[in-house]
Order: sequence, then C-alpha cells, then structure tokens
Amino acid sequence: MSQARIPGWIYVVVIPLINIFLAALAAAFVFWYIDVSPIEAVVAMARGAFGDSYGLGYTLYYTTSFIFTGLAVAVAFHCGLFNIGVEGQAYMGALGLGLVCLYLGGKIPFILLLPLSITAAGLFGGLWTLIPAWLQGYRGSHIVITTIMFNFIATAVMSYLLVEVLKPKGSMSVESAVFDPASWLPKMYEVFAYFGFSILRSPLNVSIFWALLCTVAVYFFIWRSRWGYEIRALGQNASAAEYAGISPGRTIIMAMMVSGILAGFFALNVVQGEAHQIKFGLVNGMGFTGIAVALMGRNHPFGIVLASLLFGFLYQGGSELQFEYGVDPRIIIILQGLVILFSGALEHMMKHPIERAYLALSQKFQQQTVAEG
Amino acid sequence: MTAQTAGTAQLAIELRGIDKRFGAVHANKYIDLQVEKGTIHGIVGENGAGKSTLMSIIYGFYEADEGQIYIDGQQTRISDSKAAIGAGIGMVHQHFMLIQNFTALENVILGAEGSMLLNVSMAKARAELERLAREYGLDVPLDIPVERLSVGLQQRIEILKALYRGARILILDEPTGVLTPQETEHLFKVLAALKEQGTTVMLITHKLQEIMAATDNVSVMRRGEMVAHVVTSETSREQLAELMVGRKVLLQVDKGEANPGKVLLQVDKLSWRDPSGVLRLDNVNLTVRAGEIVGIAGVSGNGQSELLDVLSGIRPLQQGSITLNGHQITNLEPVNPAQVRQYKVGHIPEDRHKMGLINSFAADEAFVLGYHRKAEYNHRLMTKREAITADCAEKMHKWDVRPQDPALKTANFSGGNQQKLVIAREMEQNPDILLVGQPTRGVDIGAIEAIHQQIIGMRDADKAVLLVSVELEEIMSLADRILVMFDGKIVGEIPAQMATETMLGLMMANILPDEVRQLQSGAQS
Repeated sequence: MSQARIPGWIYVVVIPLINIFLAALAAAFVFWYIDVSPIEAVVAMARGAFGDSYGLGYTLYYTTSFIFTGLAVAVAFHCGLFNIGVEGQAYMGALGLGLVCLYLGGKIPFILLLPLSITAAGLFGGLWTLIPAWLQGYRGSHIVITTIMFNFIATAVMSYLLVEVLKPKGSMSVESAVFDPASWLPKMYEVFAYFGFSILRSPLNVSIFWALLCTVAVYFFIWRSRWGYEIRALGQNASAAEYAGISPGRTIIMAMMVSGILAGFFALNVVQGEAHQIKFGLVNGMGFTGIAVALMGRNHPFGIVLASLLFGFLYQGGSELQFEYGVDPRIIIILQGLVILFSGALEHMMKHPIERAYLALSQKFQQQTVAEG
Repeated sequence: MTAQTAGTAQLAIELRGIDKRFGAVHANKYIDLQVEKGTIHGIVGENGAGKSTLMSIIYGFYEADEGQIYIDGQQTRISDSKAAIGAGIGMVHQHFMLIQNFTALENVILGAEGSMLLNVSMAKARAELERLAREYGLDVPLDIPVERLSVGLQQRIEILKALYRGARILILDEPTGVLTPQETEHLFKVLAALKEQGTTVMLITHKLQEIMAATDNVSVMRRGEMVAHVVTSETSREQLAELMVGRKVLLQVDKGEANPGKVLLQVDKLSWRDPSGVLRLDNVNLTVRAGEIVGIAGVSGNGQSELLDVLSGIRPLQQGSITLNGHQITNLEPVNPAQVRQYKVGHIPEDRHKMGLINSFAADEAFVLGYHRKAEYNHRLMTKREAITADCAEKMHKWDVRPQDPALKTANFSGGNQQKLVIAREMEQNPDILLVGQPTRGVDIGAIEAIHQQIIGMRDADKAVLLVSVELEEIMSLADRILVMFDGKIVGEIPAQMATETMLGLMMANILPDEVRQLQSGAQS
C-alpha cells in the first residue's frame, strides 16, 4: 500500500542516481588506494569520454553495442527468462551479417545489401535461441543452463568456421577477409563531413540510429502490442497466463527469438560498422555486460539507453585512465563491478531509507502548506 | 466499550493506544484492547480493517509507531518474533510455516533445537509432545513427513509448535479456512481445553458463526479502528456484521425458484491424473442446466481445483468427455483455455492472485486478461489502449470497483475489489456457462453480498453456473443442487433445500448419511 503513495520518479531517477553515487564513492577509495587522486581520475575519465568528438565517438560506439545487448536481455527478462546467451547470439549474428557482406559486398548496391545484412544478423542471432527456447518451453530445461552451453557451442562453431572456412589462404590471424568497402556502414564522421561539419575520426557509425529505432520498437512491442502483453503476462504470473489461454511454449520461443534478433544486431555496429571482418572473440564480453545494462536500466528501453551511456562512459573513460595513469586495464572491470554491485545487488539497500525520507519530507511540506493556507 | 472491565479481571494482553501507519495508510488508529487471561477472544473485521497488522504488531513483525503493549500487566517491548515468543506469545498463521519434507517432530523443534545433538532434543520434544497430545487432544503422527498429513493435522502441528515454545497466549489467524466442519469442531474443542488450562486464545476470523460458537469476548475492527468490544453471549451475528461493515447487511441471500432449462455443461466419466500419477479426478459425471446453480462442496484439495482446471481447458483432458455448450471435448481433440472461452464459457478462478489477475499489471491490463486477443481491443499490430482503458473504466463504474482508477496496479486494490474486477471481466463477456471457484475467498462481507447477488443474477439470466466453494454456507445459500466431492469422486448429490450442514459435513468426510443413500438408490432404480 505504501508504494502507491511514492511517485515513480523516486524509483526511476533518485534511487539509481544515489546508487551510482555510492558506487563512485567506493571507486574513489579504490583510486585512493592505488595512489591516484579520485578527483583527477574522474576528471580524466570525463575528459576522455566526453571531452572531444573523438572520445565522445568512442563512448557512443560502445553505447550502441550495449543498447543492443541490453535490449536483448530485457526482452527475455520480461518473459521471466534470463538470457545468458546474448554473447553467443551476437557472435552468430556476426556470422550471418559477415556472410552477406563477404559474398555480396561490392556485388550489389549498398542500399540492397543493408536490409539483407540486417536481416541476416537478426535471423542468425534469433535462430541461435531456438533450441534453448524450445527446450525451455516444451521440455522445461532451464534457459540459463542451455544458453550458457550455447555460448560455448557458438565459440566452437565460430572457431571452426574462422580457421577452416572463412580465413583467407595464407593469413596468420583467425579472422575472415575484410569485407568489400562498398558494404561498410558509414561512419558518423563521414556523415558529418557530408553535411559540412568536421568531427574527429572514431568508430561511431550510423548503426546508433538503428539502435535507437530498436529502443522505440521494443518499447511499443513490450507495452503496446498483444505479443508484448502475452510475454509480460507469462513473465509475471505463469499460471495466470495459462488461465488466459497464452501458450507458454510459443510465447517463450517468441520472446527468445526477439531477444536473439536484438543480440544479433550487435554485429551491425561492431562488424559492419567498425571491424569490417569477422574476428575471433569479437563480442568480447559485451553480451554479458548487457545483463548489467538491462539490470541498471530496469529492463525499460529508455532506461537501457541511459545505462548504456553510463557503461559506454566507463569503457571509454576507463581506457583513457590507462593511458594517463598507466593503471591496470582491469580497472574498467572493477568500476563496472562496483556499479553492478550498488545498482544491482544492493538495489534495495537504499530503497527504504529514501522512501522514508521522501515521506517525512512530503509530510513536512504538507503541514507547511496547511499552516500557510 | 461495554465489555472492557476496568482492570478487575487479570489481563493477558493489554494494548494502549497502538498506532501504526504505512506511509499515508493509517492501518491501526490508536487501538485499545484488553484480553482477559484464560479466555478465547475473537477479533473480527473485514479485509483491510487492520486485524492482521495488529496481530503482526503483537507478534513482533512490525513495531507500532506509538502505544504500549502490556503482557500479564508488564509493559513489554516486542521488537521481533523472538521477543514475542519470549513473552509467551505463539502464533498460528493462516498459511502454515511448516517444512513439508520434515516430520512433525522435526518441524516442532526447528529453531528450538536447544543442543548440538539432535537426538537429545528430539527425545525431549517427543516426551513433551506426547504429554501435550494427552492433555489437549492434539494427537499427530510424529514421524511421518508433514506433506503426507491432512491440513487439519498440519494445523495441529502449528499449534504444538507454539505450545512447545511455551506459549501462554495463542493467536490463530483465520484458522478454519481449510478445515472440514468436523475438523473445525475438533479445533474448537482443543481451544476450549487450552482455555481450561489457563491459556489465552485470540481468534482472528471473518466467519461470524465461529465467533459465536467459540469465543467469550469479541472485538470488532473497522477501517483501522476498534469500533466495539462485546461479550459474545450478549451479541448476535447480525449485530456483529453491522458493526463490521457500518451498515445493515443481508446475511441471507434472496433468491427465487430455479427454472432449469437445457443441459449446457455435461461431464462424462472424467478422470484425471496429476503428473506424479495420483488420480485427482475419478470418474466424475455431472450436468449443469441453463438457469441453475450447481454447487460442489468438499474440503479443499479433493479434486475441485482440478475439475475447474480441466473444464476450463487449463489442464489437458485425459479420459472421459466434456460437452460445453454443444461442443464435445475429448482427449483426441484437446482444447486450450482460449478456445473454451470461445465456446462462451467464463471462468472465475479459485485463486485470483495465482490465476485471476497479474499483480503488477494495471487494472485495465488485467481486465482484458484472456480476452486480450479480441478484435475490439486490438489494431493490427498494437493494442487499442484507449479502448481498453475506457472499457475498463466503464465496467469499474458499473460494478462499483473502488478506487475507479484503471491505471492503478491490481495489487493495490483490496481483495474484494480485485475479486469484483475478475468477476466483472468474466460476467461482462456474457458467457452461457460460468465456472466459479471460491467467489468470496478473502472478500469482505459488504462485497460478498454483492457478489452473491450477481451470481444469482447470472442464473436468473438462464446461464449454467457451476460453483465450487469450501464455504458450506455459501454453497447452501447459492446452489440449487449440491454435489459433494471427496478424493476426486462425486460421493453424493442432494437438492439444496434438503441439505444441512451436518449432512454435508459427513459427506465431505465420505460418510453417506441415510437420507442421501436413500435418495441415490431411489434415483438409480
């Protein structure tokens, strides 16, 4: 009952901000311990991440990746499923996209190739969820276990394909040939240059628009479509969903497919936008970070964009820190870990004190207005 | 404040000015209460009147914002349940707190092991429990896992747990909800024996006839306030109901003669096994005609839930056949709940939290559950949000669901209003057959009256109504024919006007009274 009286922005804005502040405070101790001034570190990170169009470009490039993987985790989560397999699904998405770009790049116009590469990325990522989703929906195998296993299978499949099939003859590194430049996604600095603005070169590319479009689409899918309704119903109360005639198996497969499709889109940014070739281990943990992003963004698409921005900042700012202070690159992982700890695991630590503080304040305010009136 | 004698009798519990707020909700408003030692004291009130909050304060789940608690005349601070146990208070919750795969003995000593070696405390507990069993008639098999015991026995274990911990004041929260009339009677005997030995019992319930049967004094709560303290022998059910609701209440349902028409629901030789292989429905045959209410009585867990689930398509049909509104369903042509709805079957599920609603959904989203695919609620891709909200708002107004806010989360409605929302949803679709499970479970008296009227209204509109309820009173006042289920079988059928509570109680324990036997042999010949 008490929750009805506390406005939503307390939970959506105030509590996350306080949690992040606490994480920053804990991080300050870490910096202090390794003899780096916390203030200087924050300044260095902020300058590195937002200081110029180069840093900002990198930050937004990472942000784009996290939006895709975060949305993927969130969609499954609304169905009550913990999709740990975003890592593998993104990897498979890269395969689908890569095949299109390798074999059709330069042969058909970009405007025809792009829909194909988007479809292939989504389709490969989506289909990679099919077996785990079917096993969960119709056989009750736990999706967490099966998607983890499918991450390993994805790695094995990709290693085989890269070494035996896709690697150009004579090449030493485990990666495919570079795609025909005609298939590359335009970089943002190129787009800006086209309109006469000059910004520094960075990997940021037009896939960020697709990411934002997906964000809006996910919002409508989850909250405004009957499929989203069924997904949420099943995720919140499985027996009520069955009562309502919602087939759990079909709904689980649908939710996981959408999740996998979003995970597959990751390849647009990293492969078609930046690397222009399929590389071994190209997802590099970003799929797992998507879990933290979704958690922080409270599984809401717009929250996920903000959380992605935060993680983009941590990635880019953290690597800047390495340059300036020569600290161990794993400092990024520590910072991420602290953010996840405070806003995920300890999410409810600050909930009650803040609720109480809000109620006390609002009561005082009411009394004042009554007294004045 | 008639019955509150000024401190002459010894008081087991005295509350002075207990006040508790949850945010803006004022759950308990300066409650004063005196419970005399060695009495059975009833606390009645509608859902949300603050009974549970008050008991939680006494048992240390919450601490009061203001006020004092006196136990045996001593001011006592009860900061947690450990302190409550220390002060000699024991509580039997509505939902049992037992570990299902432990034995009674293991459950009783849980948290009170007392020594490093289990067998020492087990031996001590066994001796103590045997003594308690002798003194109060609290016999339970000590060495069988709790999951294999009946609900009545599980409740006894809960009472034993409290007594073993030295409780001199025993609080029972809605203890009879899951018991047969005979088990209830036994429970009241146990309580009387406890009272004889000087234990004080507080009985929280919404069943007025139990208050009348078992208590010495009764306190009535309404909207967080204590509105009256009365001596049970000086009051009546009608007076208590009026005190609880704040206005006169019709306890008897007004209904005319049934006028049964053609058979709309027919069940033939229906059997059903659960996944672990237990036969839950055993050769069930029944018919429900248009314009009649067929009630299914029985202790909960005797197959009624499974029957409703199979009829509504939630569980697959295995054996036998069902005819719904002319559509025959067999195991060769399985159906799902969505199809069953298309046969114009409405289903008010037994448990609105488990099935009927989704707590985190807004009222308007919950209002279309099961009907969310209907064209009137959907564009091609997106849902018609405005249409859904408008429809829900209109029906909330018509059915007097309060607060009338379609955007409010269903969890934030009171039990009665949640149930009204479910009933409105199912009845507004104008089904021909209505399956109703426990329509008034956890619903306050004022709303019960309205819900009963609506169910009878459906009957009078020539619908076939199948009513499952464990409340005998409800079955007897609503149904035109009563079937009794025991262990998955229908063990007897009687017309409602012939049924008495004792007769049904016996049938619920699978003992057929002579009248019923004659009736059935008459029907067969």
